[in-house]
Amino acid sequence: MPTALVLALTPAACGRDDDGGGGGGGGAKADPGITDKEVKLGGSYPFSGPASAYGIIGEGASAYFKFLNAKGGVGGRKIKFITLDDGYEPPKALQNARRLIQQERVFALFNVLGTPTNLAIWDFVNQQKVPHLYVATGASDWGKDIKAHPYTTGWQPNYVTEAKVYADYLKKEKPNAKVAVLYQNDGYGKDLLGGFEEAIGGTDIKVVDKEPYNVTDPTVSSQVSRLARSGADTFLNITTPKFSAQAIATIAKSDWKPLHILNNVGASKTLVFKPVGLKNAKGIISTAYFKDPEDPQWADDAAMKEYRDALKKHSPKSNPDDPFNMYGWSVAQTMAKALEGMKEPTRESLMESVRNMDAEIGTLLQGNKVQTGPDDGYPIEAMQIEEFDGENWKLQGELIEAKTQ
Amino acid sequence: MSLVTVTRDSLEHRRLRLAGFALLAVLALAIPFVFGPFRVSQFTLALVYSIAVLGLNLLVGYSGQISLGHGAFFALGAYVGAILLDRTGIPYLLTIPAAGAVAFLAGLALGLPALRIRGLYLALVTLAVAIATPVLIKRFDSLTGGSQGIAVPQPGAPAWTGLADDQFLYLLALVVAVPLFALAAGIVRRDVGRALIAMRDDETAARTMGVNLATFKTRAFGLSAAYAGVAGSLFVFTNGFVAPESFTLVVSFSFLAAIVVGGLATIAGALFGALFIVFVPVWASDVSTALSGVIYGAALIACMYVFRTGMMGLLRRGFARIVEVEGSTTGGGSDGIQEAAVDADGARAGADAGRVRT
Repeated sequence: MPTALVLALTPAACGRDDDGGGGGGGGAKADPGITDKEVKLGGSYPFSGPASAYGIIGEGASAYFKFLNAKGGVGGRKIKFITLDDGYEPPKALQNARRLIQQERVFALFNVLGTPTNLAIWDFVNQQKVPHLYVATGASDWGKDIKAHPYTTGWQPNYVTEAKVYADYLKKEKPNAKVAVLYQNDGYGKDLLGGFEEAIGGTDIKVVDKEPYNVTDPTVSSQVSRLARSGADTFLNITTPKFSAQAIATIAKSDWKPLHILNNVGASKTLVFKPVGLKNAKGIISTAYFKDPEDPQWADDAAMKEYRDALKKHSPKSNPDDPFNMYGWSVAQTMAKALEGMKEPTRESLMESVRNMDAEIGTLLQGNKVQTGPDDGYPIEAMQIEEFDGENWKLQGELIEAKTQ
Repeated sequence: MSLVTVTRDSLEHRRLRLAGFALLAVLALAIPFVFGPFRVSQFTLALVYSIAVLGLNLLVGYSGQISLGHGAFFALGAYVGAILLDRTGIPYLLTIPAAGAVAFLAGLALGLPALRIRGLYLALVTLAVAIATPVLIKRFDSLTGGSQGIAVPQPGAPAWTGLADDQFLYLLALVVAVPLFALAAGIVRRDVGRALIAMRDDETAARTMGVNLATFKTRAFGLSAAYAGVAGSLFVFTNGFVAPESFTLVVSFSFLAAIVVGGLATIAGALFGALFIVFVPVWASDVSTALSGVIYGAALIACMYVFRTGMMGLLRRGFARIVEVEGSTTGGGSDGIQEAAVDADGARAGADAGRVRT
C-alpha cells in the first residue's frame, strides 16, 4: 500500500509552492530573492554563546544597509538583510543556510561568520548555486580553489597574508629573531603558522619552539611557560581572544619579555586587553587593514564621520568604538559595491561582479583596496603593522601587500 | 468509561486501529509533498530523532535504567556512518546497519556497569560519557576531522523516483523508522517487554520470577544504543555534515526531554517528543533570539504542567472523551485528520495502557 500511495502522490511534487532554493541558477529570468524594488540577503552570526562578541559584526552590517536604504538603496533596490543566530555551531549554521535559501529564499548569503561554520555550509551552498559572499573568516580556503567552490568568497586578508606581513616586519626589525609560537590546534592556527614558516624560509629568523593548544583547553598558561623557557626573544601569539588574554596575563607575571606579536583575531582592545589590564598589553605588535574607530588620527576623516553619524541614527544602542561594528560596516559597503556592479538581476551576474572587483572602501586603511580577478579569489590583501601604546593602537610604517598564490 | 464498548481485539477494535494506522500512513506520506524543502528537512530530522528517542524510551521508560548519555551513541552512529562514507566507497545504505551494530556493541559495554550500579549513580556514569563525547571527537581529529567536522555528500534521489532530494531523504528515514517502531512495539508487547517492565518496577520480584537481570539489562542497553546509532547514521544523510557541536550534552538532554514530553513507556510518544525538540527551539528563537533558551525551557515546563503523562497521556484522555462524543455516529475516525490521528494513537495507547503503568 505505501508504494501505491507514493505513486499516487508523486505528481503533486511539481505542485509544491516553494520548491528548491536555487536549483535553476542562471538564466535570463531574475533569480529568487531579487525584484526591482528589493534584494534579500541572508547572514548567520553567533548572537549567542561563547563567541557572541562577533555578533556585533552583524549589527554593523545591518546599520550600513539601513543607512543605504535611507538613501534609496542600490540601483533602486532596498536591501533586506535577514540574520539568524548560529551560536558559532556548524550544525546550526547549516540549518540556517538551509532556511535562508529554501524558506526565506534569499538572493545571496552574505558575511556568514566563522571558519568551521562556513566550512559546514559551503558544499551545500555551492550545490544550490547561491552566492556565498564575503564570509567573516580569515582562512585561506575561501580563495584557494575558486573553481571547486565558485560561489564562495572571503573578504578580509587571510591568515597566510597576515603571516607574511609579520615575517616581513621581522625581516626589517629583527632579522635574527628567535621565535616561539603558540597556536590554536585547528585549521586557522595551522594556516597562520604554516604561512609564517614558509615566509621566513631562507632568512635568519628561526622558529625555536612551538606549542599547540585546543579550543577545549581550559588555559594556555602551561604552554606559555614552556615557551618562555625556550630562550626565544620573539613570541608569535596565534590565539583567539580568550586565550590571547590568558597568554598576555601569563607573560605579564613572568620575567620573559619577548617582542610580542599577536594575531589580528586576538588583537581586540575591548575583548582582550581591557580584562588583563591595558598596561600589560603595551608594546604588542599586530596588524590592521581598516581604520580603527578609536584611533584619534581618523577623528576628522570623512568616512569615519559618516560611519559614526549613521551608527548613531540607525543603531543607537551599539558602541561605535567597537572595531567589530566597523568591520561589519566596511564589509557591507563591499557587498553594496558588488550589487552595484551587477549587469542583470541574477546570481551569475552577481558572481561576475564579485570576481572582477576593484573598489575603494572609505573605511579601509588609505590605499587598501578590494581587488579580485578571475584567478584572484582574495579580495583584501594588504595590512599595516600596528603597535599598542598602552592606550590605543598606533599604525607603523606603510601598508604591506602580501598576495597569496 | 467510554460509551463505545469496543472489546480489545474485537473486529471493531481492529478496524478502528487499522483506520487509524492508515490515516497516520497517509499523513506521514503526504508531508514531503505538501511542505517546502526546508520544512521537509525539519520533518526528516524529527523522524531521525524519533528513532533515537524511541531507543532511549525502551531503556528509560520500559526497563527503568537511566541514561543521560544517549547523545554519545547517536554521535557514535553518526561518525561511523560519516567516516565510512568519507573514507570507503561502500553503498550509503550499508552505513545504517554498520552504525547500528557498532552502537549496539558500545551499548552492551556501557550496560556492564549498569549491572552493579543503578539510579543516580548510573545516571552519572552515562553523563560522563556524554560530556566526554565532543572532547573525544576533537581529540581523534585525524579520524573525525576534529572541530572542522566531516562533510559528506548527501544521498540523492534516484532518477526513476522523480522525487526531489529532500523528499527522498524524508521517505528514506520513514522507511527505516517504520520497521523500527514496529519492532519496538512488538518487543514491549511480548515476554521480553514484560520482563523489562517487571525489572523496572521491582528488581527483586523480577529475579524471583526468573528474569535474568544481567542479560536483560545489558541487552536493553545494547538495543537502545543500536536505535540511537541507526538514528545517527540517518542524521548524516539528512545533514550531510557532522561536527562535535552536533553532539553536545544538549543532545542527550533533549532526547531525555523528548521521552518525557512524548510520554514515558509509550511507543508513539517518541514521535511527538522528537517533533517537540525539532520545532520548539526554532520557534523559540523566532520569537526572540536573545531569550530563545528561556522560551524553550518555559515551553518544556508548561508541557510538564499541562500534561504530566506526556502527549500520549493527553491523547489517551482525549481519545476516551472523543469516543464518548462520537461513538453513536461514527465508526472509525473519518471525521477529520486530528481526531483520526488521536484515534490511531489512542487505540494503540489504550492497548498499551492495559499492560503498562505510567
